Amino acid sequence: MKPWLTFAWIAALRFLAEGRMQSGFILSGIAIGVGVIVFMSAMLTSVQTNFTNRVLTSQPQIQLLAPQEVARPLRRHDGVIEAAIVQQPTQRILSIDQWQTILAAMRARPDVVIATPTVSGSALAVRGDASRSIGIFGMQPDDYFRIVRVPDYIVAGNSDLGSDDILVGLELAKDIGATIGDKINVTTAMGGSRTLTIKGIFDLGNKGANERNAYVALRTAQSLLGLLGGVTTIDLTVADVYAAETIAQDVQATLPVEADSWIKTNAQFFTAIRAQNLSSALIRIFVGLSVAFGIAAVLVVSVLQRSKDIGILRAMGCARGQILRIFLIQGGVLGFVGSLAGALVGAAALMVWHRYARQADGSELFPLYIQPSLFVSSAALATITGVIAGIVPALRAASLDPVDAIHG
Amino acid sequence: MADLLALEGIRKSYNVGTPVETEVLHGINVTIHPREFVALMGPSGSGKSTLLNIIGLLDRPTSGRLSIHGEDTTQLSEAALTSLRGHTIGFVFQYHYLISAFTARENVMMPMLLDHGRPDDAMERRADELLDWVDLGKWRNNRALNMSGGQQQRVAIARALAMDPLLVLADEPTGNLDTASADAVFELMRRFNRERGTTFLIVTHNHALADRCNRIIQVVDGRITEDRINLLEGHSQ
Repeated sequence: MKPWLTFAWIAALRFLAEGRMQSGFILSGIAIGVGVIVFMSAMLTSVQTNFTNRVLTSQPQIQLLAPQEVARPLRRHDGVIEAAIVQQPTQRILSIDQWQTILAAMRARPDVVIATPTVSGSALAVRGDASRSIGIFGMQPDDYFRIVRVPDYIVAGNSDLGSDDILVGLELAKDIGATIGDKINVTTAMGGSRTLTIKGIFDLGNKGANERNAYVALRTAQSLLGLLGGVTTIDLTVADVYAAETIAQDVQATLPVEADSWIKTNAQFFTAIRAQNLSSALIRIFVGLSVAFGIAAVLVVSVLQRSKDIGILRAMGCARGQILRIFLIQGGVLGFVGSLAGALVGAAALMVWHRYARQADGSELFPLYIQPSLFVSSAALATITGVIAGIVPALRAASLDPVDAIHG
Repeated sequence: MADLLALEGIRKSYNVGTPVETEVLHGINVTIHPREFVALMGPSGSGKSTLLNIIGLLDRPTSGRLSIHGEDTTQLSEAALTSLRGHTIGFVFQYHYLISAFTARENVMMPMLLDHGRPDDAMERRADELLDWVDLGKWRNNRALNMSGGQQQRVAIARALAMDPLLVLADEPTGNLDTASADAVFELMRRFNRERGTTFLIVTHNHALADRCNRIIQVVDGRITEDRINLLEGHSQ
């Protein structure tokens, strides 16, 4: 007997060791349950983290835009509307009014990390016989590339933009048969036209973006879109990405701009995440319940099997509290050891999945993010579940009358 | 001689307050003195085991007074009774009831472990000494289930003596053993009574063994019908 263990611990561990078949079966059950939770949670976290990283490194977290143009209804002198039907006006490309002041205000906010102006609009990219409709983004590379990490996605050339340079997506480059150093003609509906040199080709991991997006210097876009001195958006990143919507609403309430957060523009993604989190939580609850009932069932049987031992211990002066602790400890130990085994099962399943679930080209589907806290929280939760599951059997054991227990 | 144990008007009923209320002990009065070796006899269903459970503080009487060394135990809380039982009374049962998850030595250490909370060397030494005394020193690391019935009962006796109790209660300790083992087990208890002065109260149906006790109490239908000093055996004091 180990001198550092108390009687309750010694008895609990011996009882578990003696009933090794029962203990083994329930530990396997707990391990499978915890393994499923670990595997599922790690997958969910990885998908979410991967998507969030991709979204947050390929688009600003908040965009400030010029307010939509609204047609005012025609009213008579007494305020009655003359025409009931009001036609929606066309939305011209407009600069944000007093954008320099707004930019300065954004940069002064402590919750805003980066604020940078951009100009965007539609254009036609022409090279030889090929032409494609594109969206051009004019920006200041020093700031903008800290928001949208285009340099990280460059697959050919580089991202050092001069006033006559352009960065194009992989698909667009293929479509117009261009490569680094080739010149393309970019024309806009406002009459702007420039011949630009392809400085870099990027792959954002999204075919649509690779076909349509093209990056140029701010002034180049201003001249192409006829917005000299103006900007169409101010892009922001914020310290807490999940507070983006709150900040956006705050900005929109105080300044004459529309503010769209990445949370709002990716609402479907967040709905999917919420649904996934809900189903994950339900699975955890049901797995946790089945683990708890399994432990409770094993301990109830153990109390029945050991009623004579309990009676003898009570006759020898064992207090009810000590009997109670023996069974609570057994529940906790089963939960803890089962969860450790479950963590190993989950980690092994993740490794196998990561090894064999591959893209067609052999690359990984998405990087796995396995947080140590997942294992710690699973172990803690399973241990607590075990202790709670042990309460009913432990109370039953502690309430046994020694005379009845001894004589069965 | 001062009383070790005094029972005054002990009554025990089951199903109290119901139409099937049954009284199994009808006012038991008896005193047990230190160093006695007492046989408690009687037919099955006479109330011997109930009386033993009450004396062993495992059960409470419906009425009456049970004193140990003059202290009334009937008003004590359950926790106080549990502690008093652990310190003053040792038990030996018919079916040995060693705890199978532990070795012989650990079973003997158990009452001390329950009292101290954690094991220590002194407990091991005491357990080894007792196992040597019951001639099972070589078997100290054997699990209970790997020993014969007689050996298990000797371990149970060693365990009952671990806390140096004032009183050992044995409920048919030889009832499940062959004659030779029964004789050996009985002789062990008798020897410990003579050498250490521990009081024994033994429930038995075996007249031959009862005749080796220095006092015989006969219980019939919940009443003491005979309480005599066994002159043939001779008083041990």
